[in-house]
Amino acid sequence: MNRIILETRNIVRDYHIGGSLFRKPKTVHAVKGVSLKVEEGKTLAIVGESGCGKSTLARMITMIDPPTAGELLIEGEKVDIAHQKLAPELRRKVQIVFQNPYGSLNPRQKIGDVLMEPLIINTDIPAGERRERAMQMLTKVGLDEKHFNRYPHMFSGGQRQRIAIARALMLNPKLLVLDEPVSALDLSVQAQVLNLLADLQDEFGLTYVFISHDLSVVRYIADDVMVMYFGEAVEYGSRDEVFSSPKHDYTKTLFAATPRADVESIRARLARKAA
Amino acid sequence: MALLEIENLVVEFATASGPFRAVDGISLSVNEGEVLAIVGESGSGKSVSMLAVMGLLPWTAKVTADRMAFRGRDLMKLSSPDRRKIIGKDIAMIFQEPIASLNPCFTVGFQIEEVLREHLGLDGKARRRRAIELLKAVGIPDPEERLGAFPHQMSGGQCQRVMIAIAIACNPKLLIADEPTTALDVTIQKQILDLLMRLQTEHGMGMIMITHNMGVVAETADRVVVQYRGRKMEEADVLSLFEAPKHAYTKALLSALPENAVGDRLPTMPDFATLEASQDLGTLR
Repeated sequence: MNRIILETRNIVRDYHIGGSLFRKPKTVHAVKGVSLKVEEGKTLAIVGESGCGKSTLARMITMIDPPTAGELLIEGEKVDIAHQKLAPELRRKVQIVFQNPYGSLNPRQKIGDVLMEPLIINTDIPAGERRERAMQMLTKVGLDEKHFNRYPHMFSGGQRQRIAIARALMLNPKLLVLDEPVSALDLSVQAQVLNLLADLQDEFGLTYVFISHDLSVVRYIADDVMVMYFGEAVEYGSRDEVFSSPKHDYTKTLFAATPRADVESIRARLARKAA
Repeated sequence: MALLEIENLVVEFATASGPFRAVDGISLSVNEGEVLAIVGESGSGKSVSMLAVMGLLPWTAKVTADRMAFRGRDLMKLSSPDRRKIIGKDIAMIFQEPIASLNPCFTVGFQIEEVLREHLGLDGKARRRRAIELLKAVGIPDPEERLGAFPHQMSGGQCQRVMIAIAIACNPKLLIADEPTTALDVTIQKQILDLLMRLQTEHGMGMIMITHNMGVVAETADRVVVQYRGRKMEEADVLSLFEAPKHAYTKALLSALPENAVGDRLPTMPDFATLEASQDLGTLR
């Protein structure tokens, strides 16, 4: 059995919506006790609809938000950012890629600076080496060294997502959290980015937590799948288990709702229509 | 008879670096009661060509066509007031972002009744009755109460239902749906597609479904037009397109679907330059 990179034990996150003179304060239970384990070099996909808490879970795993209760373990080490300052070593281990590559890059920052910034903040690598590493990373994600001095608006959506992935990889993380990384991209570009992720996983032995609502992508990329519904993990198991025999009603609904693009289902639909 | 016939539609935008051709000689037709899907990636000109039909493009756009006829009347030759009598009444459109396409300052009831007043000239009571009927038809619970709701008080799926209610308010002959479910969850997408298909069969509407999702195409369309860089690559009925795509671009598009993956890497689009060199993209009809 491989090393466990990420583990959560009954992790909970509540948001308090502030009351005012006329309104009582309200508590939203965004994540209600989720436990998961991810081994090194594997991909866990988290599926669910908007508002089910999957992004909140991602923010806790990335150590952006502290959990309200429960434990988060990165490489077997307990992390508690609510009570102690986060060490740079730990920060380096987990990085995140966001959904919208148009929103997650600063339009006034050149690509080279985008890539070097994590090094400036988290390490004391000298400037010359920072530059060198950024150049190397550009070629690794399928871009060119000539892109170093360009601004984000000069790139297409797929290229920007490559830049966002490159930025996340600059610190040699162990774990990469991908929050819907391909849902804003075209089909052909989506295929390229998914291939890139698979290549990088092979090369660096990366562990992915892949958040998505697209089941066909999940089926392609995941080793394990977790289905979330209203803050709870209603289904959790290996990909084949979940896809071949979904247990929870919501998972079944989700599978039934996914449009199918195979010839048999088109035939069946046309036959229904003709009848 | 064809409901909508477009021949050789060209749309050019005046930009600082000269004219940019977004749609380059598209021809298509939709029959009554037929669902035509237009598939393509972003920038393939699929939305722009339909906005040209609706006359919703900004003044920087130059629209030319040999023919753009709706039920035999050439839309290009109509005066603006005459055209406005057709647009929104006989041809209606649903947009991608339901929350952004409704006016946040007015209640949904007002926005539905606006169409009824403009095109049908109904009085207040009749408008209200019809608006309730429409909300019921698109499956919104407590329609009487929801008429007074503002768009921000509704979910994305519900806003899209309101958009559909506005679009079908005057019983249009042709409904253009521009990526109607892209911004929605899969389960909601299913509900909205089911609703659209039910309304389409009930009213016998012609429908143009613009999408980039091959799954949506497979679930809704009778006939499919594949567009790339403003040109038509392939036109076929839905079964033969998925069974035996003829054009290299369509093949590439279908093989990029993750569910068609063979092995552990997806086949990617061949470099577009080589694709364009390998066959003449323009001549295929």
